[in-house]
Amino acid sequence: MRKLKGHWLQILTHVAALLPLALLLWDYWQGRFIIDPVQEITTRTGKTALILLILSLACTPINTIFGFKQVMRVRRALGLYAFMYAGLHFLTFIGLDYGFDFDLIAQDILDQRYVLVGFAAGLLLLPLAITSTQGWQKRLGKNWKRLHQLVYLASILAIVHFTWLVKDIREPLRYGAVVALLLIARMPSIRKAVSNARYRLKTR
Amino acid sequence: MIKINPSEITPEHVYISRRKFLVGIGALVTSSLVLTACGQQEPSLTPPTAEPGSDSSVFPPLSASSDELGDKLTSFEAITNYTNYYEFTTSKEGVARLAQDFKTSPWMVEIGGLVHKPKTFDIDDLLKFPQEERIYRMRCVEAWSMVIPWVGFSLAKLLKEVEPMSRAKYVRFGTLHNPDQMPGQKRGGYNWPYVEGLRMDEAMHDLTILATGLYGKSLLPQNGAPVRLVVPWKYGFKSIKSVVKIDLVEEMPISLWMAAAPHEYGFYANVNPEVPHPRWSQATERRIGETKRRETLLFNGYAEEVADLYAGIDLKKWY
Repeated sequence: MRKLKGHWLQILTHVAALLPLALLLWDYWQGRFIIDPVQEITTRTGKTALILLILSLACTPINTIFGFKQVMRVRRALGLYAFMYAGLHFLTFIGLDYGFDFDLIAQDILDQRYVLVGFAAGLLLLPLAITSTQGWQKRLGKNWKRLHQLVYLASILAIVHFTWLVKDIREPLRYGAVVALLLIARMPSIRKAVSNARYRLKTR
Repeated sequence: MIKINPSEITPEHVYISRRKFLVGIGALVTSSLVLTACGQQEPSLTPPTAEPGSDSSVFPPLSASSDELGDKLTSFEAITNYTNYYEFTTSKEGVARLAQDFKTSPWMVEIGGLVHKPKTFDIDDLLKFPQEERIYRMRCVEAWSMVIPWVGFSLAKLLKEVEPMSRAKYVRFGTLHNPDQMPGQKRGGYNWPYVEGLRMDEAMHDLTILATGLYGKSLLPQNGAPVRLVVPWKYGFKSIKSVVKIDLVEEMPISLWMAAAPHEYGFYANVNPEVPHPRWSQATERRIGETKRRETLLFNGYAEEVADLYAGIDLKKWY
């Protein structure tokens, strides 16, 4: 029981991250996708990928600002789940939507800025997913951190992707505001100010 | 996606029987005064004997299961539960529920501007035009499409009745503006009410109809009841819903979408796979009910009928 207690956040992370996939399969099974199933699957996998990516970005600031170290243990899982949903999103696009018809895709893709940007975001996540293991972390040393800073760019591209494909940009802008906040929270000056403030609070 | 429980949608027989009732009265009493008075009564007064189903006295029954290209009709369920109607909500699946209590009677369509005989028609006047079935493809600018068996009549027939002046070069259409009934109109960002326009020759083209029904039944509110425009060779947003005003004008009307995003939406909005929307391609579309995409056809497959209207026009410039 005590062992479980120490791992509650990890368990919660896995359950919560797999839940959208389970719901998707359940709804499909139940025949809920009556009208435009491809659109529905595309939207859901894409949005889940973005939310998980944002949560993975939130881990470090939550640790530095609130000193809640536990979150660092779920960071990798969140990132990998984000990659998984991004992969499903991509497969839905080329497989279900375009039926692997690369002539059709070629016709469409050059005019679709949002597709190119989304593809770039997904591509950036690929090396990060591959090098997410502890082995790679050791092998790359200092460069691992540098490489994984690509996730900042990937998250910005994901927001641009979302903004460009909808008519009503308020929703993507809300996600964009959260991403901006999480990136700002990483700036060295902000980080320093926060850790100084925390130190003062602790020693008071 | 929220699946709308059929029990939450206004039962068809309640909706249909009302019209049947009115038409029945109309057959007995020709006075339009009486008709108007009846039009203000509540649906609860509908005779309980009214049966569900299509109104065969006004609407022709469904005659085919595919369009002229052999493409199957989109299901009634999809057509009535997947609609862009920002006056209610921007959620396509959310419109049907929010629009279910929309009041479509009494309904007046005021026709004016550069005409010799301006006239206001009520919906029963419009139903006096012989209603015919028109199976059209509907291509949304968002790159999805349907095949819809509309019921309606040629707009040209209506316009001829009001005798357009020779100065009239365009037709401007307006949707009802009633934020109490259409909650989306309370939202900022758009210049309500919805306005659309056609060039005179486009408006007079035989393919251009005012639709009053689909699948052999009266239109449901989410599809633009009680009367809407359908211009099958243009993107869906041109086919303005719940029309209350038609004006013949000299200048090209500025539509709601032209005003909201001039670089994205032009006046013509002809379906054209060669002219991409600034943010996405128009080369392909997803037919609702199918998974894999299909190639989009020039003028939505009606090039033979309408290409002449645009001879010598640079369609890339006049998007």
